[in-house]
Amino acid sequence: MPSPDGTLHAITANRLRDGVVVFLAAGGAWVESFADAALLTKAEAEPALAAAKAQADGDQFGVDVYAFEVERADGTAQPVKMRERIRALGPSVRLDLGKQAAA
Amino acid sequence: MNHIAPGARAGIYHYDAIDRRFVGERVEQFRKQVDRRLAGELTEEEFKPIRLMNGLYLQLHAYMLRIAVPYGVMSAVQLRKLAEIGRTYDKGYGHFTTRQNLQYNWIKLEDTPAILNALADVDMHALQTSGNCVRNVTTDQFVGAAKDEVVDGRVYAEILRQWTTLHPEFTYLPRKFKIAISGAVSDRAAVRVHDVGLLARRNEAGEAGFTFYVGGGLGRSPFIGKLVREWVAEEDFVAYLEAILRVYNQYGRRDNIYKARIKILVHELGLEKFKAEVEEEFARLRGPKYRLDPAIVAEIRTHFAPPPFEELPETSEALARAKAENPAFANWVAVNVAEHKAPGYAIATISLKPPGGIPGDATCDQMDLIADLAERYSFGELRVSHVQNIVLAHVKQDDLFALWQQLDAAGLGTANAGLIGDIIACPGLDYCALANARSIPLAQALSARFADPVRQRTIGELGIKISGCINACGHHHVGAIGILGVDKKGTEFYQITVGGDPTLTTAIGDILGPALTEEETVDAIEAIVEVYLAHRTEGERFLDTLARVGHGPFKERIYAAD
Ligand code: SF4
Repeated sequence: MPSPDGTLHAITANRLRDGVVVFLAAGGAWVESFADAALLTKAEAEPALAAAKAQADGDQFGVDVYAFEVERADGTAQPVKMRERIRALGPSVRLDLGKQAAA
Repeated sequence: MNHIAPGARAGIYHYDAIDRRFVGERVEQFRKQVDRRLAGELTEEEFKPIRLMNGLYLQLHAYMLRIAVPYGVMSAVQLRKLAEIGRTYDKGYGHFTTRQNLQYNWIKLEDTPAILNALADVDMHALQTSGNCVRNVTTDQFVGAAKDEVVDGRVYAEILRQWTTLHPEFTYLPRKFKIAISGAVSDRAAVRVHDVGLLARRNEAGEAGFTFYVGGGLGRSPFIGKLVREWVAEEDFVAYLEAILRVYNQYGRRDNIYKARIKILVHELGLEKFKAEVEEEFARLRGPKYRLDPAIVAEIRTHFAPPPFEELPETSEALARAKAENPAFANWVAVNVAEHKAPGYAIATISLKPPGGIPGDATCDQMDLIADLAERYSFGELRVSHVQNIVLAHVKQDDLFALWQQLDAAGLGTANAGLIGDIIACPGLDYCALANARSIPLAQALSARFADPVRQRTIGELGIKISGCINACGHHHVGAIGILGVDKKGTEFYQITVGGDPTLTTAIGDILGPALTEEETVDAIEAIVEVYLAHRTEGERFLDTLARVGHGPFKERIYAAD
């Protein structure tokens, strides 16, 4: 589905060696916390995604690199889709596990 | 194959030198492949099929490793090893699946070779749990114990394991291939929703043979397996199955993943043409080379010899006393205990569905406890059911009370086997990369809503089955009440079906109406139950009432306000 103008995007992957969900941060580093992810406009997201894919492949760092939509509500950013919220936090049925547990 | 189960153990197949060498070699191969992947010598595209062949998927949070529990039967020693792996390499728990397997949810690629090595130490592996091969064969969880058993399906499931694992023709099938075997009067293995469903039977001479159903399956296009041959003699068992697989390999579609299962081939070719093709191939194959030698069958059967049962009276006075003194225990016996073929013994189902719990999940501490209990009370052997519970198949009736007390103390004494709280749920969007919606929260809400044991027994036999997407790992199509998670513009919705039946009277459920939100769904299920209770006549199960009154009253109640 095409995203409406103004929607933000973040770029994510699973880390190759352990499968952990990672996000692309400003400056090109991969980070584990969604809070540290770079939020990109649609125009920024496309080249950033291509570069991230090439980098993840080249360094054998991440697999399944893609961009997802982010919305801002009450000043905080969160993924639009439940799938990405769950990836960013952990299973909704095990709040003791995943990134939400470390938070 | 001559490594017989030691001592007073029930039937567990023990690897011989050939099995052990083969599994060991596969682990070493995979270790090198992982090393090459981590070093960048293999791309993900090249590596993915290899990791899948070793049971390793990439899911939402991490890699998921699916361990084969051959035909759902394992030893206490094996379960303890699974607990140890869960503690060392995962997060202290595992998930038992509708394929009678175990999945770990938080596995690291770099740890996987070590895990596979640890599994090989106890004759286990993750082969045939993924990919387009013949998958781990499933059976009746009461196999070798049920009072209504005619033929012991483990023997033939083990023959299939040995026959399929290294068979060159079966390593690149058009799509995955699932076989289920039931050798009892009641079908507890859902045989008619498998690619091949086998009913093991005996003829008048007492010889074993098989009824073959082919082309069943759930998923995007659900089909009920069609009767392809009423009787295949034991000696032709392998030849006939191979004939089916050859026809599938030859004609099965490879251009479209959604049309590649054998169910589509049977459907598109037509049953008569499919049968003719199989018979032709079978006639070609039949002969000394493909004859299943009775000596081999007899040898494998020795692995599954009955455990050394004591000679006991048919019923236990100790059990009767304990039931009279403890109503909660009496309820558990009435619901979770089934009749055993040996006098004085019983089959106990350990429910992994406590009210509000996650169906099929067990902590490593619980696995250790179940392993201890299996050793103490069931000859060191246990089973995983396709309904995501654990079964101790050979418990002395005299020991049931002690068993239940220990289970209950560990939160494993829930009395709901076969009742509305015994919900099948796939991992759904909480874990699964393919999901559209979450399954587990709905299962939790429903099992909490119907937690009252008295109410559950009043409702009686009623299976709820939940899948988080159309792939139907939660078997929603054959749930008396089925629930399918769908995504509607980013919001989770649930479509309710009614009338599904996984037993020999197999039926695919019908959609009741438009999909509902999670909260509405829980209320709708309660409404369905109320309508059923209001309409049922003496002795009617939910499915019987539904068949008699039709969908009308249920629809009306749920959707009337729309
Ligand atoms: S049914 Fe769908 S969501 Fe559930 S486990 Fe299977 S693939 Fe995943």
